[in-house]
Amino acid sequence: MIKTRTLLLLIPFCLANGPLVGQGLDPRLLTKPATNAWPTYAGDYSQRRYSTLRQIDQSNVRHLTLAWVRRLTAGPDAGDGGWFGPPPGPPAIVGGVAQEPVNIPGSTSGSPRLSGSILQVNGILYVSSADNAWAIDALDGHVLWHYWWKSRGGTHIGNRGMAMYGDWLYFETPDDYLVSLDAKTGQERWHKEIADFSQQYFSTMAPVVIGDHVLVGTGDDLDAPGFLQSFDPRTGDLQWKFYTVPMNPGDPGLETWASLDAARHGGAQVWIPGSYDPATQTYIFGTGNPTPAYTAQLRAPRDTHTNLYTCSIVAVNVNTGKLAWYFQTSPNDTHDWDATQAPVLFDGMFGGKSRKMVMQASRNGYFFVLDRTTGEHLLTAKYSDAANWAEAVNAKGQPVRNAAKDNTVAGSLASPDNGGATNWNPPSYDPRTGLLHVVMREVYAMYYLTDTDPRRLVGLGGSEQEVVGSLGTSIVAIDYQTGKRAWKYPLAGGYGSGLLTTAGGLLFANDGAGSLVAFGLRGRRPPTPLWHAQIGSIENAPETYTVDGRQYVLVTAEGAVWAFSLQ
Amino acid sequence: MILAWIASLSAPQAPAQTPPAPPPDYPEHPPAPAEQVARGEQIFRSNCSFCHGSDARGGETGPNLVRDEVVLRDQQGELIAPIVQNGLPARGMPKLALAAGDIADIAAWLHSQPLSDRGSPSNLDILVGNAKEGEAYFTGAGRCTQCHSATGDLAGVGSRYEPKTIQNLIVSGGGGRGRRRSAGGAPVKASPPTTVTVTLRSGQRVQGELDHLSAFIVALRAPDGTYKSFARHDSIPKVVVTNPRQWHIDRLPQWRDADIHNLTAYLVTLK
Repeated sequence: MIKTRTLLLLIPFCLANGPLVGQGLDPRLLTKPATNAWPTYAGDYSQRRYSTLRQIDQSNVRHLTLAWVRRLTAGPDAGDGGWFGPPPGPPAIVGGVAQEPVNIPGSTSGSPRLSGSILQVNGILYVSSADNAWAIDALDGHVLWHYWWKSRGGTHIGNRGMAMYGDWLYFETPDDYLVSLDAKTGQERWHKEIADFSQQYFSTMAPVVIGDHVLVGTGDDLDAPGFLQSFDPRTGDLQWKFYTVPMNPGDPGLETWASLDAARHGGAQVWIPGSYDPATQTYIFGTGNPTPAYTAQLRAPRDTHTNLYTCSIVAVNVNTGKLAWYFQTSPNDTHDWDATQAPVLFDGMFGGKSRKMVMQASRNGYFFVLDRTTGEHLLTAKYSDAANWAEAVNAKGQPVRNAAKDNTVAGSLASPDNGGATNWNPPSYDPRTGLLHVVMREVYAMYYLTDTDPRRLVGLGGSEQEVVGSLGTSIVAIDYQTGKRAWKYPLAGGYGSGLLTTAGGLLFANDGAGSLVAFGLRGRRPPTPLWHAQIGSIENAPETYTVDGRQYVLVTAEGAVWAFSLQ
Repeated sequence: MILAWIASLSAPQAPAQTPPAPPPDYPEHPPAPAEQVARGEQIFRSNCSFCHGSDARGGETGPNLVRDEVVLRDQQGELIAPIVQNGLPARGMPKLALAAGDIADIAAWLHSQPLSDRGSPSNLDILVGNAKEGEAYFTGAGRCTQCHSATGDLAGVGSRYEPKTIQNLIVSGGGGRGRRRSAGGAPVKASPPTTVTVTLRSGQRVQGELDHLSAFIVALRAPDGTYKSFARHDSIPKVVVTNPRQWHIDRLPQWRDADIHNLTAYLVTLK
C-alpha cells in the first residue's frame, strides 16, 4: 500500500467570474474526485479515472444488474420509433453550415459510435457522437433533446465527448466547428470555426473547461501544423492559440527541424483531452506524430532534428497559453507514435521524496513518469514486451529510434503495429496500490516503404503495413515507482476500450469479447473476474457516479448507453 | 500442429473483390479540362519547377506546393495569383510576370496532383535478401524443415505468390489480419483454425474449433458442426487452446529482419 495524498483536494478552485450556477455545473465539482457527477472528460482533471465510490464493491458486485439501456439513432430522423418502435423521441434540433449534408452512416442516420465520455451533471447525461448530441435522464435513459449538426464532411473517426460550463455545453464537429448548446434545451448558442477544413483538419477531442477557458484541440492526417486553442465560454471568442510546432523564424524548437517549411507542416496534433494541475495552473496534454509520418528524411535528416513538439507531453499555462515545459516521448518519430494518451496526474513518493507527478503509458510501448511542476524526467520503462522499434533509452529518458525498424523497401518487422501498444483508450490509476492500469496490445507488423522519394510522402502516406502476428492483448498494471508490471491479465483477443477503478476494489473493463467485466483487484496479484454483462462491442471507457444516492456504472456499446446498478 | 500455411499456400483463389471506394472525406477540386491541366503543367515547368521541383513537391529552394495551405485553400488561382505576381521577398520568392489566366492553368494542374498515397500498397521490389543464406537458414538455424519442405508443402510457392506475400506469410504463418492487404498475387487462404480442448469435471474431453473464449464461457464448434458452450468458474472446466500458428507467434520477438529477407529470397526461387 502506497500512501498517496489526494491531488484533487489541494487547491479549491476559484473562478474570478464564475458562471451562474443554477441547474448547471458547479465548477467546484471539477477539482474534486468524481462522486455524484461526471462533469468532465475523465471525471476529474487528474485523468486518473478512479472513483472514491464504494457502494458497489467486491462483496456485492455479483448483484449488479441492468438499470436501463437506451439505443440512440443518429441524424435528423432519430425521433421516429416506427410502427412497433418506442414512442418518438424529440425531433432533432438541426445546426450546421452545410447546405447539403454529406451522407455519413452513424452521423446522418443509423447507429452512432459512442466512443466518447458521457457527462453526468444533476441527474442528466450528456452524450455525443460525431455530429450528434443528446441529453438523457440518468434515472431511466429517456431522451430529453437531440441536437444534430449538418456536416460538410471531414474524417468522421469519432467524438470524445462534451464539456460543460454552467448551463452551457461544448462539443467539436468533424468538420471543424466548436458548437455551444444550452444544456437545458439543446438549442445552439453559437458555433465557431476552429480549424481550416481545406487543410483536412478534423475535430474529435472533448473540449475541456478550465475556469473561463474552453480548451480545444483538433486532428489532421495531412501535413498541417497542430495547435491547442482556448475560447471564451460565453462568446466563443479566441483567447489564445498554442502551436505545437514552430511557425515563425525564431520560434523555440525551430532548430529541431530541417527547415521552417518542414516545421510548419510538421503535425503534432492535439486530439485527446489533457489534464489540469490547479496548483500550477498548467494544462498538460499530449501531441501527435510528426508529418510526413513515415519518413524523417526531409524533416529530420540529423539526430538533433527531434521535431519539437511532436510526440510530446506538453504543459502550458492555462491563462496565457505559454509553454511551461515539455518532454518528448518519441524524438524524430517514424511510426506514428502519438503521445496523446492520457497524462495522469498524481502525488506520491518517488525515490524517497514526496512528488507531484504526471505519468503516461504511451502509444510507443514505453511508460514515463515526470515531475509535473518542472517537467523533470523521473522514469522510463518499456511496458510492452513486444516493442522493438527503439534500440536504447538516452540520458534524457527518451527511447532512441532504431532506423533499421523504420518503414523500409524490403520490409521491417516492428512492434507495436500502427494501433500502438495502447491508443486513445483511457487508463485508470488506483492511488491505493500505486498501479496504473492500461489496455495493451502487443501486435507486430511488417512495415514497407512505398516510395523512395521522400518529397512524395505526405501525411500518413508512404507506408504499407501488414499485421503479421500478436503476442496478444491484455490489461496491465504498471507500478509507477519502478515502471515494472505488477500483473498482466490476458484478454481474449479484442482490444479494451478503457478502464475504471473504484474504491470498492473493482476494475471495470471491456474484456475484448463483448463483455463489460468487473474485476476484483487484489493488490499486486492479478485481478479476479467477478461479474460480467455481454453487451456487444463496447465503445467507451466505463464511468461511475451516484444519482439519488444510488451508484451507477455507465458504458456504451453498439450505439446504446447501458446503465448498471445494484438492485 | 505447426502446419499452418501448408494448406494456406496450396490453393490459389480468384482475386478478392475491391470494395467500392468510400466518398471523399474532404471536398475535392472539380476536375479541370485536360488541356488546361496540360497547359498548367507546361507553364509550371517553365517558370516554377526550378525552385519547386518538376512535380511541385519541393526542390532545392522552394517548398512543396501540393500540400501548401494556400494551394489547398485556392480554388482557381485566385489565392495563388497575388503570391506569384507580387512574390514573397521575405522567403526568397521572386515575383513572376504571369497573367491571371496562366496562373489559373497552373492552379488547375496543382489541384490535379494527388495529395497523399495513404493506404496504397508498395510496388517496389522488396527482394534484397540472399537466397543461398536463406536456404541455409531454412534447413539450419531457422529449423523450418521441422514442419515445412521445399519439395512438399512449399513446392512451387514462388510461382503462386508475389514476394511480399511470401515474406508476410513467413512471419505470420498464414491468415494474418492485415490493416492493409497486399496487392497482387493470389489471396491467402485462411489458415487452420485455433482449436480447444475442454475437460469437464467428469473427465470427459470435448474438442473442436474455438468459437468464443472469455473468463466466463468457452464455446466451440465440434467436428460434426455442433456448437457447444460451457460456463467457466475459476479453472473449471479445464481449457487448453491450441493455435496452429503458435510457433510463428513465439518466433515474433526473435526474428532478425535479415533472416526474413533471406528466407524470402530463397522461397521465391521455389518455382
